Amino acid sequence: MKQIIGEPGIDLSSDSKMDLKLTRNSESFHKPNSSNHNLNSFNQASQYFPNLSPTKFLSRAENLQQNLKTKSTNSFEPNLNSGMATQNPPLDWDPHAMLSNLSFLEQKIHEVQSLVQSIIDQQAEFSSRPSELATRQQLATADLTCTIIQLISTAGSLLPSIKNTLLSNNPALRQLVNPDFNNNLKCEGLIRNFPETARNSEYEDLLRNLDNEADWMKEPNPPPQSDIVDANPIDEHDLKESDDGDAEREHLPPGSYIVLQLEKEEILAPHTHFCVICGKGFKRDANLRMHMRGHGDEYKTPAALAKPSKEPGSDAHPVTRYSCPFVGCKRNKEHKKFQPLKTILCVKNHYKRSHCDKSYTCSRCHAKKFSVIADLKTHEKHCGRDKWQCSCGTTFSRKDKLFGHVALFQGHTPALPMDEVKASGSGQGNDDMTEDLGVYNGNFASEECLTSMDVKGIDESRAYFSPMNFDGFGALDEFGRGGFDLEDNPFAFIPSGFGQRSGDS
Amino acid sequence: MEPEKRMDKRIRVDLNLEQNPISPFESLSEEVLFLILDLLNSNPLDRKSFSLVSRSFYKLESCHRRWLTPLRLDLLPSILTRYSSISHLNLTLCSRLTDVTLASIASLLSSSLRSINLSGSRSYTHKGIECLAEKCFNLEEIDVSIRVDLGDEVAAAIGKMVKMERVNMGRCKKVTDLGIGCIAAGCPNLKLLCVKGCVGVTDLGVKLVAVKCRKLQSLDVSFTMITKKCLPAIMQLPNLEEFCMTGCLGIDNKAFVNLKQGCNSLQALDMSNCEHMTDSGVLSILQKCPNLYHLNLASCSSVNVSILSGLKSMCKLGSIKLDGCKVTASGLKSLSNSCISLKELSLSKCPGVTDEGISVIMAKHKDLVKLDVTCCRYITDESLSAITSSCTSLVSLRMESCTKLSSEGFRLIGQHCPKLEELDLTDNDLDDEGLRSLANCHNLVSLKIGICLRITDNGLIPIGQSCPRLRELDLYRAIGITDKGVSAIADGCPHLEMINMAYCTNISDESLKFLSKCSKLCIVEIRGCLQVSSVGISVIAAGCRLLSKLDVKKCCEVNDAAMFSLARYSHNLCQIHLSYCSVTDAGLLALACLGSLRNVTMLHLSGVSPKGLATALLMCHGLTKVKMHSSFKSSIPRALIEHVESRGCSFHWMYKPFQVDFESSELWKQQSHDLFVE
Repeated sequence: MKQIIGEPGIDLSSDSKMDLKLTRNSESFHKPNSSNHNLNSFNQASQYFPNLSPTKFLSRAENLQQNLKTKSTNSFEPNLNSGMATQNPPLDWDPHAMLSNLSFLEQKIHEVQSLVQSIIDQQAEFSSRPSELATRQQLATADLTCTIIQLISTAGSLLPSIKNTLLSNNPALRQLVNPDFNNNLKCEGLIRNFPETARNSEYEDLLRNLDNEADWMKEPNPPPQSDIVDANPIDEHDLKESDDGDAEREHLPPGSYIVLQLEKEEILAPHTHFCVICGKGFKRDANLRMHMRGHGDEYKTPAALAKPSKEPGSDAHPVTRYSCPFVGCKRNKEHKKFQPLKTILCVKNHYKRSHCDKSYTCSRCHAKKFSVIADLKTHEKHCGRDKWQCSCGTTFSRKDKLFGHVALFQGHTPALPMDEVKASGSGQGNDDMTEDLGVYNGNFASEECLTSMDVKGIDESRAYFSPMNFDGFGALDEFGRGGFDLEDNPFAFIPSGFGQRSGDS
Repeated sequence: MEPEKRMDKRIRVDLNLEQNPISPFESLSEEVLFLILDLLNSNPLDRKSFSLVSRSFYKLESCHRRWLTPLRLDLLPSILTRYSSISHLNLTLCSRLTDVTLASIASLLSSSLRSINLSGSRSYTHKGIECLAEKCFNLEEIDVSIRVDLGDEVAAAIGKMVKMERVNMGRCKKVTDLGIGCIAAGCPNLKLLCVKGCVGVTDLGVKLVAVKCRKLQSLDVSFTMITKKCLPAIMQLPNLEEFCMTGCLGIDNKAFVNLKQGCNSLQALDMSNCEHMTDSGVLSILQKCPNLYHLNLASCSSVNVSILSGLKSMCKLGSIKLDGCKVTASGLKSLSNSCISLKELSLSKCPGVTDEGISVIMAKHKDLVKLDVTCCRYITDESLSAITSSCTSLVSLRMESCTKLSSEGFRLIGQHCPKLEELDLTDNDLDDEGLRSLANCHNLVSLKIGICLRITDNGLIPIGQSCPRLRELDLYRAIGITDKGVSAIADGCPHLEMINMAYCTNISDESLKFLSKCSKLCIVEIRGCLQVSSVGISVIAAGCRLLSKLDVKKCCEVNDAAMFSLARYSHNLCQIHLSYCSVTDAGLLALACLGSLRNVTMLHLSGVSPKGLATALLMCHGLTKVKMHSSFKSSIPRALIEHVESRGCSFHWMYKPFQVDFESSELWKQQSHDLFVE
């Protein structure tokens, strides 16, 4: 038994599925932040392949790692891990475990039941809000998927003991143990082969989902991983991230994503942790984790809970986009040219910016108001630095804006920054300039004042050189007074010809 | 002291009039006198003589004068009270112009002032300019260039002058786009703007000027950081005729290739030193500016002239400067084919110019007026014969250091180019025969025959006899010239303004005595003329009152007596080079009394003490540049140096050993030739 399920199972997952897996690997899984548990499982796995050549081993190991990753998200991990961790112990069927699994399943089904019941009860209410219905539907779908997977895994644990009887009767189960299929395909096969178990529309949805998933696995180009990652409310995301740009560029075809619409109250609540499935917000991550349990067992594993948002293999989440609850807004799904918002943060920022009062006022300029506190902080960083000012009083944060403004209007001139003027005005006695001008205007009686600087200079020089004695040349003062014959040429003009043209005015 | 004496004179004139009431001058009407004054342009002293005739003449002259260039700041008050209708004031020589002075000028001249030139003046700030803007509302032209420390406030003040048409802010390095923006917004009539070297000016400012000042005719944005972004706006200026963008490294090919619209009115384009311009850019601008006449591509090293072959229709280009460009014979051929109406061509320092290229050009362009082949060292007499045989109407020919030319070739110049006005044959193998033949060029204004060691008086005398219009003569290291030759020049060339006889060792005081007859002489360089003494300098000083620049370096016989004469007569002296002269403290102090003096070089003055030097520095207020030996740096008080520097003087401390002898000119020339052969 163990030979079939244990070792060969690993073998098949590493060998024959390699072709399939390689494409995925090379395309999108070079994430450096692969979580710890993956590395652990890689290390564990590496112990099982001591005979592989290093290079081959590496690629195989990678594949294996990837494979394990995929499995872990599909909650097969506990079983496999237990199988591996015990170094292929004789796999005894544990009825206690089975019982607990079954009771969990029961509980789960009850949950779905009550959910569907609530949908039926509130049908009238939902008719007015189809999005709410969709959310619930989504929840139910997720729960059912979880239940089915759990059921299969439980049944799988039973398999060894009933091998002979079951396999002969059930081709699907034979497929299950057939080394040519991976776990996902197993699911698919199982579901395909048990159509009678659930024939309602939800189940068909699920089937389609799983089909898509299988296609997704086979496709050389998987859907862009970034979308999935972006869809998660990652804490590290910049709060100021634009809520417009990205979503507009992506052009998702309508219907290829799920539209969630949160209630106004939900948007405005001061939450920082959001459920990727239903969008519900929480103040604490612990609350979110507890909430996530309600979405299914896959979120119960410590690994999934530890890194709820960084899990690259969390392909179970369909592409999710958000709608603004404000009817008439372009971001509202009723709008003709509806443009969805990418993340819940985007929803929050968009809603606050567009449909809420701007309650935060800049403490510096007391003019600018914001509804998002981050916007206020950004503004306050630059507020008061509008150093580009026009003579009309308008200020600009950028020089080219100012010049565009000046170019546009007649009579407007760029204004110089005040501090600059003051700084340069501190030349030589410029503060007294205005007074001086009042005195000196019009009359040249102040001739001495004009040359006062010169006189002073000479005085200084005399004082400086007073002890000096020029032999036979003591009459320094004569030089000071211009003792040479200056009257001969009181007006000297430069001979360039510049000054000589006259008569024209 | 000075005004009092003048008062005496006036009284004397009055007395004369009383004694002789029917003075013949009084019968002349004002109109006639104004007409006479209109014609008194050649010598500024004429106007002075005129004003000294009588009181009414004096008054008339005061009313008539429109242009004024005061030499010293302290003269300004009396000058401005006398000349109240001055419209054009040039204050470039008053280096220490303060705001108070500007305010006084503004209130005195107020509405009559049209133009003011403050270039290079220091100490004024934007407040002075604001006074001008307030009172002189008719101001149309202002030059505030070379004020490295002036910022946007000055530009803003200029921006308040509504009638302003011409603004020169060259090298106002602190001016930014804001200042330019103020001018652009405030001066709608702007016709000329020069922001050369204003490194703070960018596309934004220039663009705003182009948008706001639609009357702009001339724009100089040399050495700024402009890029292609502002060019479309500039090219849309309807009246732009002159556009200079020397050394704009931000301008590259794309700037012009992507230009949608060229400027139809553009006539002159200077894009020298635009290193990132290449062929395609030049070609596209030529295609887009159909009326371009002047094109300067000097030092655009990546431009290849042969691209001009793509220009079939470029018939209007009349003047091209290709200094330092890659020029080949085929390039010149395509140039001559495409630019049919070429009048001026400069190929200075183009290493690719050969006889073939020159003859191709000459064959096509027979009416070339100006040709510059300076340092085209590969051209021979063949080129010269091609030039002279076809371009008989040549006015300017510059061929310094064309070393392969022989004296036979130079004879052709004299024979075939009688219209020559400017001729530069520096550093050539010119001999007396060649020089004598140049005497046929009766219109010569400027003749440069420096470093032509073979010429003697025999060659120079005919020049003096037949070139009466000569104003500029360069005889640098023409060692064969003696007093006889100079006397012929002095006799025959009364308009001589500049003469360089440096290292003409046979020149003596006699030469200077002859030259003192040339009253317009303002630049005299007699460096290394050992026979010249103070006597000669004194005669020159007395005779040539306009002397502004004197170089007597290594004239060891020149002593204090020469300085006293200069101090007495040469009130226009701006620059003097005194190194190695026998000047003492006394001479230096006498010289320092010259208020006009700005630039002094005085190394190795053995008779000068540190104290004398210090005193001279203190007395000479107008100094802007002083070169001294670094040994004085320690002996002159630091505070004094700082004080003089604060007045705007820059010190250049030289460390040069005392040179007893200097090498002969033959050796010197040989050395210089060896250098470029290497």
